[in-house]
Amino acid sequence: MFVAIKRALKTGWQSFCWNIGSTIATIFVLTITLLIFSSIFLMKDVSDFMISKVQEKVDVSVYFLETADDKSISKFKEEVLKIKEIKEINYVSKEQVLADFEERHKGDPILMSALEEVGGNPFSSVLNIKAEEMDQYESIKNSLEKIPSEAVVKKIDYFQRKPVIERIVNLTKAASNVGISLSVALALISVLVTFSTIRLAIYNNREEIKIQRLVGASNWFVRGSFLAEGALCGFLAAVICLSIVALLSWLLSPKIEYFFSGLNIYEFFCQKICSLALIQISIGVGLGIISAFIATRKHLKI
Amino acid sequence: MITFESVTKVYSSKKCKEPMKALDNVSFEIKPKEFVSIVGRSGSGKTTLLKIILAEEKPTEGAVFFEGCNIHKLKMKGLPFYRRKIGAIFQDYKLLCSKTVYENIAFVMQVTGAGDVEIKKDVPKVLEIVGLAEKSNNYPAELSGGEKQRVAIARALIHRPEVILADEPTGNLDPYNVLEIINLLVKIQEMGTTVILASHNKDVVNSIGKRVITLEKGKIIRDEENGRFIL
Repeated sequence: MFVAIKRALKTGWQSFCWNIGSTIATIFVLTITLLIFSSIFLMKDVSDFMISKVQEKVDVSVYFLETADDKSISKFKEEVLKIKEIKEINYVSKEQVLADFEERHKGDPILMSALEEVGGNPFSSVLNIKAEEMDQYESIKNSLEKIPSEAVVKKIDYFQRKPVIERIVNLTKAASNVGISLSVALALISVLVTFSTIRLAIYNNREEIKIQRLVGASNWFVRGSFLAEGALCGFLAAVICLSIVALLSWLLSPKIEYFFSGLNIYEFFCQKICSLALIQISIGVGLGIISAFIATRKHLKI
Repeated sequence: MITFESVTKVYSSKKCKEPMKALDNVSFEIKPKEFVSIVGRSGSGKTTLLKIILAEEKPTEGAVFFEGCNIHKLKMKGLPFYRRKIGAIFQDYKLLCSKTVYENIAFVMQVTGAGDVEIKKDVPKVLEIVGLAEKSNNYPAELSGGEKQRVAIARALIHRPEVILADEPTGNLDPYNVLEIINLLVKIQEMGTTVILASHNKDVVNSIGKRVITLEKGKIIRDEENGRFIL
């Protein structure tokens, strides 16, 4: 068994070197396929990151009456925390709201003079509520309405934000569906192209396969070298692809971070390098072996 | 050892309207350790007959038995084991172009499961016999027709098969080498191997002086012990 594997590897290597033209073509196509798989893998993380960033900006706000005291606000907060869909709440007092407003608009003399005209603090204390999932805001709003709050709550700002929230939910779902469909289609095409390239390379060796069979080689003996060659091409393609992804993410990372704050592609790559390498080697070697297995089958029927 | 029972082989293709009968109701038997020459004009069915013995082609009708076993009913798994009992010298050499002379010969030994030590010992010996010791690292593309033929012969001998099928083995050799190769085949037969030689070289067949089967248009027209090349 060990001798057979050793011989298959040696013959595979010889064939790899002998057919250098078709070997390079196979590695090139495999590399493209792996690049598509890698971008699907990385893009999923990047889109998850971007969706979570958008989702972070969505919340339901409960504005309290000016007459509401701290005790009744605390009691209301305790009731709110009992709602299971809630991820976190953030209470901002009206003094803090005023301070934040002044800080944010200190360079805008019109707004600042309008605030002086109004006099005092026109803002209400507010409770910002975030849900675990985007589609849970409706049910949170329903739960909030069931809490007795006539003496405390001025308004619940959900209906004003409802269209935005629903739109984001729909967009997120649509983007995810389109992404998955596109990825599956691209992956399928690239697998077919890879298979055709390997099949073509093996077709060129059909005469050698026939001779090997005629001098008494078993199917597995003949197949062994082609499987080894396919695996070798897949492994090299994975190494090349990993290097390309590393280089691209390192070069493009500062530019992408400039447009999407907090999104560091290179950091993503470094975090995921082990799983990415594993995926690339598995897909590359697997695709090489499976394609070679299927492509040789036809020529072994002698 | 090898028995042909009413074997007919018809080739038909879409391009050719009329099917071509390569062998027509052929029956004969070859005994162990026999030397048989198959003679006939080009297209008389010699190569088809050898291809059927090697199970490269299937008969359209009839059956071929090797040591009592119908070789065309062998499963794919069993076929390599049958072929390892045969050493074939092909008309067009059928050498593996990506392997050197040494590797081409060693390949057959690897197929039969021989160890590296045995291969290293036997391949140079057989290369010495066919006079190609100095060309062991050359690729087939770097050899002359005669040299390729000798590699094919060496490959057929290396695993000591029970039967040697030789399809025009002297076709590309000069007269001196023809004599040498034929003497080698006769010697191999005398040592206990069955040899089936297909040839249309009159001098070669007559010099052997053993059994001759003559084919014409796919039919056996003559089968004689100590026969001669007569068309």
